[in-house]
Parts: sequence; C-alpha cells; structure tokens
Amino acid sequence: MKLVCPAGNLPSLKAAVDNGADAVYIGFRDSTSARHFAGLNFTHIQIEKGLQYARDHQVKVFVAINTYPYPSDFTRWQRAVDVAAGLGVDALILADIGVMDYACERWPELNLHLSVQSSSTSHEAIRFYAEQFGIRRAVIPRVLSLKQVAKLIENSPVPIEVFGFGSLCVMVEGRCLLSSYVTGQGPNNFGACSPASFVRWQETDRGLETRLNEVLIDQVGKDENAGYPTVCKGRFEVMGKTGYAIEAPTSLNTLPILPELLRIGAAAIKIEGRQRSPAYVKQVTRIMREAIDACKADPDHFTPKQEWMTQLAALSEGMQTTLGAYERTWQ
Amino acid sequence: MTTDTTVHKTRKRLSLGPILYYWPRDQLRSFYNMVAESAIDIVYLGETVCSKRRSLNTEGWLEMADMLTNAGKEVVLSSLSLLEAASELATLKRICANGRFRVEANDMAAVQMLAGKSGFIAGTTLNIYNTHTLEKLASLGAERWVMPVEQSREILHEFRQQMESSMEIEVFAWGRLPLAFSARCYTARNYKLPKDDCQFRCLDDPDGMLLRTREDDSFLVLNGIQTQSALTQNLVNELKDPDIDIFRISPQSLHTGKIIKVFHDCLTGQQDIDQAVAVLESLMPTGPCNGYWYGEAGMLAGCSTA
Repeated sequence: MKLVCPAGNLPSLKAAVDNGADAVYIGFRDSTSARHFAGLNFTHIQIEKGLQYARDHQVKVFVAINTYPYPSDFTRWQRAVDVAAGLGVDALILADIGVMDYACERWPELNLHLSVQSSSTSHEAIRFYAEQFGIRRAVIPRVLSLKQVAKLIENSPVPIEVFGFGSLCVMVEGRCLLSSYVTGQGPNNFGACSPASFVRWQETDRGLETRLNEVLIDQVGKDENAGYPTVCKGRFEVMGKTGYAIEAPTSLNTLPILPELLRIGAAAIKIEGRQRSPAYVKQVTRIMREAIDACKADPDHFTPKQEWMTQLAALSEGMQTTLGAYERTWQ
Repeated sequence: MTTDTTVHKTRKRLSLGPILYYWPRDQLRSFYNMVAESAIDIVYLGETVCSKRRSLNTEGWLEMADMLTNAGKEVVLSSLSLLEAASELATLKRICANGRFRVEANDMAAVQMLAGKSGFIAGTTLNIYNTHTLEKLASLGAERWVMPVEQSREILHEFRQQMESSMEIEVFAWGRLPLAFSARCYTARNYKLPKDDCQFRCLDDPDGMLLRTREDDSFLVLNGIQTQSALTQNLVNELKDPDIDIFRISPQSLHTGKIIKVFHDCLTGQQDIDQAVAVLESLMPTGPCNGYWYGEAGMLAGCSTA
C-alpha cells in the first residue's frame, strides 16, 4: 500500500519526499488541474526541479491534468500532456475521455491513472477506461462503503487508489456543480471549488458571515471557527430547522480502518490537499507514513496512536474528522 | 462549416426527462397516462437517482415503455447515475440488455455495457466537455447527447462547429437543475434517519425538499442523494436555436402537462414566446434561473426574462 501525497509547490513537494511519500502528485499552474488557485501549482521549470528532487530520493511524481477542457481549449490540455510526458513524469492523472484518448495515442508507453474526477465508482466503469485507454490505476470517489470498496478492488481490472486523509468532498467528485451553480466556476470547468475571488468574509452584528458570490453560506458566533465557504458545508434552513443540512466542516481520516484497507488490497492511499501549506504536507505525510509502516508490520494489532489522531484533527476542517462514506452510518 | 445542414435534417422535438423524485405507483401511472396523450415526442423512463425507490421495478418500467410506445412516443430507458452496490450493476445490466429500447447512459458503467452493442444516448452526467470526447463516444455507439447543464449556448455552438458526427443534441430546457449526487441521503439526514432505514421519506416531497439560506432565499432542493437548484431553468426562449435538436422538460409534480403544451405551442408557432415566458414562470415551484445558458453562474437569471 503506497502513500501518495499532495504538493502545491516545491517546498511542499520536498516536505512530502522528506517525510516518507512513495509518490507526490502535482499540477500545472492553470485550469488543467483540479486545484486551480492563485499562487499554487507548478511551472514547467518547477516541475523539472521537483522531478529531480523526487528522483534523487526514489519517489515517483504524478501530474494531475484532471479537469474537463471545452472544445476551444482542448489544445492547452494536449500541451499539458505533452509537457508532462516529455519531462518523463511517472504517471498522468486524467479525467477527460478526450484527453485520455490523446494521451494514450500520443504517449503509448506512459502510465495513465484515472482521476477521482472521472466519477468512476464501479468495476464496469473502470473496465471501460482500462479497455479503451489502458489506464493502470484508478482513484475512486469518496462515496463507497468499505465493503463496496473491497468488492470493487476484487473485480477491478487495475489497482485501486483510495483517499486516506483530507478535506472531504461529500458529493461524487466530477459530478458536483454546486460551486459552478453559485459562481459559474467549479471543479469540472475551472479546476476549483468556491474560487477565492467569489469568497467574502464580513464581520456583522450577527457574527462573521461567509459568502460565496453573495450567497450566505454560514454565519458563525464568536466561539466558532468559520470554515471556507463551500456550499456543501454551509448552514441552511430545511423544514424550519437551521443546521448543516448537507455536511458539517470535517475532514476524512482513515487511520482507524487502515488494516482493512491493507487487507482488501488498496494499492495506494492518497492524501488530499494540494492547496494546503508545506507544514500540513509535512505533518500529514509523516503521520501517515508511520501509521502505514506500523500497520504493515502488525496489521492484526494496529490501532492508531492518540497523538496521530489529535494532530490530524488539528489539521482538519472544523477540527474534526470522519470516516465518511466508508462507514455506512455516515451515509 | 456544415452546421446548418446537420441541424435542419430533423424536426425539433420535445422530450420528457426521467422523473427525478419518488412518486407512488398510482401517481406514476396517472402521470404517464397524461404523457401518452400529450404532444411530447420522446419519453425517458426509469430511476436515475436512488435504487431504493421501487414504485416500479424494471418489468414495470418496461410495461410503461410499451404503453408509451403504443401511444406513438419514442421511449428511452434512463440508467442510474451513481452506482455503488452490486445489485445496482445487475439492474443496469438488465436495462442495457433489454433489446427493445435505447438506453440513456448516465454513468460510464452503462457505456461499458452498451459500447459496440447498441446505439445509446449519452446522458448529462457522462461529462462530455469537448468534441474529442464526444467523437470517441460516437464511435462507441452514442447517437444523441444530453449536454451537461453547466454548459452554455456558446459552448454548444463551439461543439456544433467542431463536430464531425451528426449526433443529435438535447438540452435541459425546463426544470430544477440536477447539481450533485452523494453517497449520503440528505432527505434521510434532515429527517434524522439513517439511509439504511430511510422509511422512504422522499415520498413526502414530490418536488424535493427546499433548502433556504439563513436570509430566507430559496437556494437548493434536496432530493434523496441528489441536490438540485431550487430555481427552474427555462429555455423556451431558445426554441429557434439552430444548434439544438431536442428540448428536455424535467417532470414536476404539478403542471407538467401544461408546460409540455406551452413548449409545443411555441415550437409550432401557435403561441407567442414572450407570452409563454410569463405563463411558464407562474408554473415554476420557486422562480427562474437561466445563468448557465448565458455563460454565467447557474443561479443567476440570465436574460431569459429581459
């Protein structure tokens, strides 16, 4: 079970490499990848440097080109594929069928991974991409229960990578238009959920308000932390009651089920967070590395250390973590 | 470009999308009896949101399909959008192998089952964002494409200019916009029930459950595991757009027959479109939003009412 870590810049990449990542995933500095935020991600030259650093430490580098190009933009995605392939990265993480088709024809020897943004939740869907484009790994959405993940791994034609820690998308990735409904820009068409330019924080008599394109997402009292205004984690009124109608601010943490993920044969565990700081990457990578090593050494007696759980909770949205859909009761 | 010749080959048609909500069997029967008598050309049938909803099983849907076919409608079977359980894949397999009706593939699992075997309709959730993807799916048997709701008329026009295949294009012309799917059931959550014991509470909300902001703006609709817009998209103004072949009306519990009639009368020139806009707005559960069509945020009004 390999550990795949996020890097939004060179210091984060180094932090991941230095703290035990088996692979680091990165993206270009534009809307070709799903963490398109100002000041984040890599230029061509930075990728070369990062690649060299990772190579020197026997760590793999994956490049995410996992958004959906419109017809007039398609050549920019082709160029991103060509640049990454030309640099000799270890794999591309792709979501769009057209981009995949191009990549497998133009660079037949290149490893293609199916991005979580492709919304593939069954072995039949994954088989489609394996047969058509020869993908060699699939990252699956955070919607399946542990039992369903086990069944999927059993039937999948390629190894499966699962999410292990980080901000929790509660909607099927690749099929969530909530951000685009409110702002015009979302993960599929822009590479970001709740782009910063639409976010407004405002102190009022009623408390701190967070707005997304003027829509009130949450309003917090003095003792509460205000989360980043993603639509799915706001407080709204349903049937006369106000609360987190969709989900509370929380992060996914799979340490409690690490032995099961190992047992069912998850090929890799992915940490979310290319938009987070190098300090976050360093801490999460170190803890996950320790935990995976301890789990592999003695899976039958593995329990997550309390200090890991505390430290991870401190790095989480709303300072709390969940097993998300892996656990049936969450659903 | 050959845009015009490809578009004008076929008459513009109206389709009725699958019912996205959970309605009891009797309501389904009377609804589709009304549809059989209506001016709709194409009817999409089946459960696309939650496999626990079983007012009709696959056999029941096929009987409904026969009834509508006999009434002169083109029938398409719509497939589930989010597949999680093995039983859902088994149902999908039966639908794809039905041998009589074309299938709207709403997930790549369905495409995998249909590719090279039978012509199919590529649903909105397949994430077709460029002509390269569209042509690939055309080569595997896609004969019609329902454009994702976040794409604008300008994007559609780009498609028409670049497309080589003569695929039919359908747009979501009327209804609350489907925006997201989740493993979690929000209807059950807001009734404080576990999903595995949901007691089918979405039967209580025939148009979904309204979610308001704390400023009392009607914002979203919770429909089991699906989230929709509270506002209704209405593209009646676009009936003359040469890039569109088929206009989809998404069913709602009230007024669907009247909405079909207004669209049909506008399409055949029997009703003035400006008048129709006002009539249709009075039939929306909450209000209008056409932002996506004009390349803006989906929730905005766009310029349909301007």
